[in-house]
Amino acid sequence: MPICFEVPPEILNQTQMARMLAEQVMRSISRYYDEHEHERPWEYINVIWPFIQQIEAANLKRSLRRNGAEEEEPKEKKRSTTHVRMIHMIEALSWGDAGIYLCTPSSALGGAAIQAVGTPEQKERFLTRFTRGKPKWGAMAMTEPQAGSDTSAIQTTARLDPQTNEWVLNGTKIFCTNGRLAGCESDGLIVVWATLDKSLGRAGMRPFVVEAGTPGMHIIHQEKKMGIRASDTATIRFENCRIPYDNILGSPELVRPDEHEEKGFKGAMKTFDASRPYVAASAVGIARAAFEFTRDTLAAQGITIPECAPLHKLSAVQRDLLQMEMDLKAAWLLTVRSAALLDAGESNTLEASMAKVKAGKVVTSITQKCVELLGPLGYSQELLVEKWMRDAKINDIYEGTGQINTLIVARRILGYTRSELK
Amino acid sequence: MYSFDLTDEQKMLTDAVNRYATRQLRAVYRDAEESGALPDDVIQTGWELGLLPALIPEAFGGFGEHSVLNGALIAEELGYGDVAAALHLLSPNLVAIPILLCGTKQQKQTYLPQFCTETFPKATAAFLEASITFDPYDLNTSARLVRNEYVLWGQKTMVINADEAETLLVYAREGQSGNTQAFLVPAKDPRVHINRRDRWMGFHALRTFTVELEGVTIPAENKLGGKAGIDLKQILTCSRIAVAGLGVGLAKAAFEYARDYAKERVAFGEPIAHRQAIAFMLAEMAIEIDATRLLVWEAAWKFDQGKPAVHDAYLAALYAADMALKVTDGAVQVLGGHGYIRDHPVELWLRNGRGLVTLVGSVIV
Ligand SMILES: Cc1cc2nc3c(=O)[nH]c(=O)nc-3n(C[C@H](O)[C@H](O)[C@H](O)COP(=O)(O)OP(=O)(O)OC[C@H]3O[C@@H](n4cnc5c(N)ncnc54)[C@H](O)[C@@H]3O)c2cc1C
Repeated sequence: MPICFEVPPEILNQTQMARMLAEQVMRSISRYYDEHEHERPWEYINVIWPFIQQIEAANLKRSLRRNGAEEEEPKEKKRSTTHVRMIHMIEALSWGDAGIYLCTPSSALGGAAIQAVGTPEQKERFLTRFTRGKPKWGAMAMTEPQAGSDTSAIQTTARLDPQTNEWVLNGTKIFCTNGRLAGCESDGLIVVWATLDKSLGRAGMRPFVVEAGTPGMHIIHQEKKMGIRASDTATIRFENCRIPYDNILGSPELVRPDEHEEKGFKGAMKTFDASRPYVAASAVGIARAAFEFTRDTLAAQGITIPECAPLHKLSAVQRDLLQMEMDLKAAWLLTVRSAALLDAGESNTLEASMAKVKAGKVVTSITQKCVELLGPLGYSQELLVEKWMRDAKINDIYEGTGQINTLIVARRILGYTRSELK
Repeated sequence: MYSFDLTDEQKMLTDAVNRYATRQLRAVYRDAEESGALPDDVIQTGWELGLLPALIPEAFGGFGEHSVLNGALIAEELGYGDVAAALHLLSPNLVAIPILLCGTKQQKQTYLPQFCTETFPKATAAFLEASITFDPYDLNTSARLVRNEYVLWGQKTMVINADEAETLLVYAREGQSGNTQAFLVPAKDPRVHINRRDRWMGFHALRTFTVELEGVTIPAENKLGGKAGIDLKQILTCSRIAVAGLGVGLAKAAFEYARDYAKERVAFGEPIAHRQAIAFMLAEMAIEIDATRLLVWEAAWKFDQGKPAVHDAYLAALYAADMALKVTDGAVQVLGGHGYIRDHPVELWLRNGRGLVTLVGSVIV
């Protein structure tokens, strides 16, 4: 297909609905859930759940079909619109409220890992629940107190008990988004990363599916945060937590890193190829909220953005507005490109990190600038701008900090390995 | 649906221009910069690529149609080769494209075939004025209608190849309305004075001149677009996109050079690219180049689709100007002291990057 920037009408329609939800439901409860940190935004959850069930059902069906197709006719590349559709939805919802958007009941990152490396049997067993019944959540637990950016340092262990043929998990995970909703407030699941053999580093790490209510899994803490307060951020302790043998994602067989380059790990790391564009889209949504509000507020005071004008005719505030507008566009286009590549079945690791770096940076600078431009209004809790600035910052931190994603870009463009560029 | 793939035709086009840029322009640009002129044969080869006739419809002697997107793709490849040569090669476009966009049927028939000849057309535009408050919508150069003739007064700068030109497209404020209009002026008119060659920080290979119009009198029908005149916004939108494309190409050249150097250059026992301080700068460049290209493509695509593109092109040009300067500056930094020496191209690219921002950037913006 030739170069094209047209959003397909069906995506526009869907986005339109997300925008309505954002404006009518999310915005009206935004401040309430910012102030009532650990309450759940059921107004939003109940409205969005029917749509999510449909999306989950379609994703599951497609993923199972892909499993089948791989065996029959390999490499049939068909252009889908899944990821482009998702980033439009996420952008629109995050414009409404990023914290509430994060409470969306869905298989989320946990589901993505299962989709990426699960067997057809695992997909059915774990993901069907998201297509029916009451709202449910999926979560991904990687981060530990001593292992954030450096995921290879995780200490949580998985040991096979040959007697019962079960995995036994021990360790503590922190900062798990929707950990409590997935682990004990719904019939959801958590994908937990643990090591089978610490001496193997990344090659010894595997994701395991732990279903809600599994004995030995304790949700022991919920964080209090600067922003996205509506979002559940949990600490989870695993104490001899036993799960069935078939809950391991990817091959349980261990290979020396030099034999076979970090295979199981890499498989599931692919989930970042989709989740980074999603985070970037969420960042763009917050940035657009702040930008539009500031632009409209200033316009009411007679300060407008010119269609085009020589620089010497612009005021400092106008230049700030233009800078924000083009940064926002740049971040969005990088995000769109990373999602479109994924839809086209092409590799997007580099482009996803580029989008994440740019969007994380831009949402931070735009929201901070908006607070500045609006003066006391910007800083006031009567408006939402100060909240958007607080919500914005997380986008430069999770799913790989700005630095970690820059590192990924740098390694790719230089053709370097981890050991060459640390 | 979103797509970022070039068509096969566009690939052939960009491949051809890229080959010319890397083999021919890169072979001569440093000598041309030092000597102050580009070799005629290199320009002739560039002209023979047929880039401009490819934008002109058959009815007027060309063999294609106007596409701002293709223009942007070409600009990137030429900018990758050498910005001075690119500006030289594209200077006839500054006349042909406005005629294509805004000319009367008669003007198109008269002038456009002159841009579809075997040899480099002797036509260029006179737009910029040497004033810090230069504003395309409020020019100092004036055109007054006296009976059936326009009389032009004023001074222009950065008129590319003015000394060899036969036709000048002069932008001027028209009489009472004060609107900017464009006028086709015979360059050899005795009241057109090609005063002196401009000297800039960069673009030494590009021959540009300060031109004075001392009451030049031309027939009324030489006003571009006839009574209706021109749509300046559309013209500027096209040139903004082209300049932004040049910026992307220039930045890409600087980025690649710095990247390759950083992998070779050893300090403290390791290639400097092993350090984040260097690697992150390069990553930043790569991200910004890609972001700018997408902004340029989107604006170009919108223009070609007939959608409003004025503001998009404005933003793309602003963004590209900033980016080009940042990236070329970064490239000199990556090379350290060696980057400051004229043996390497990066210092020239930084000077040209600054030039894009000032001469072209702020002008068209
Ligand atoms: C609200 C919230 C939700 C989260 N949700 C989840 C979740 O659902 N699941 C999950 O597993 N995790 C989650 N996280 C964890 C998040 O991904 C980590 O916080 C993040 O990866 C950074 O790790 P860290 O906090 O330990 O910082 P550190 O790794 O200690 O980093 C500190 C600083 O050092 C920099 N740095 C580290 N290494 C390098 C390097 N090699 N080069 C250059 N700079 C470096 C970092 O960029 C950062 O600036 C969440 C975090 C928060 C705050």
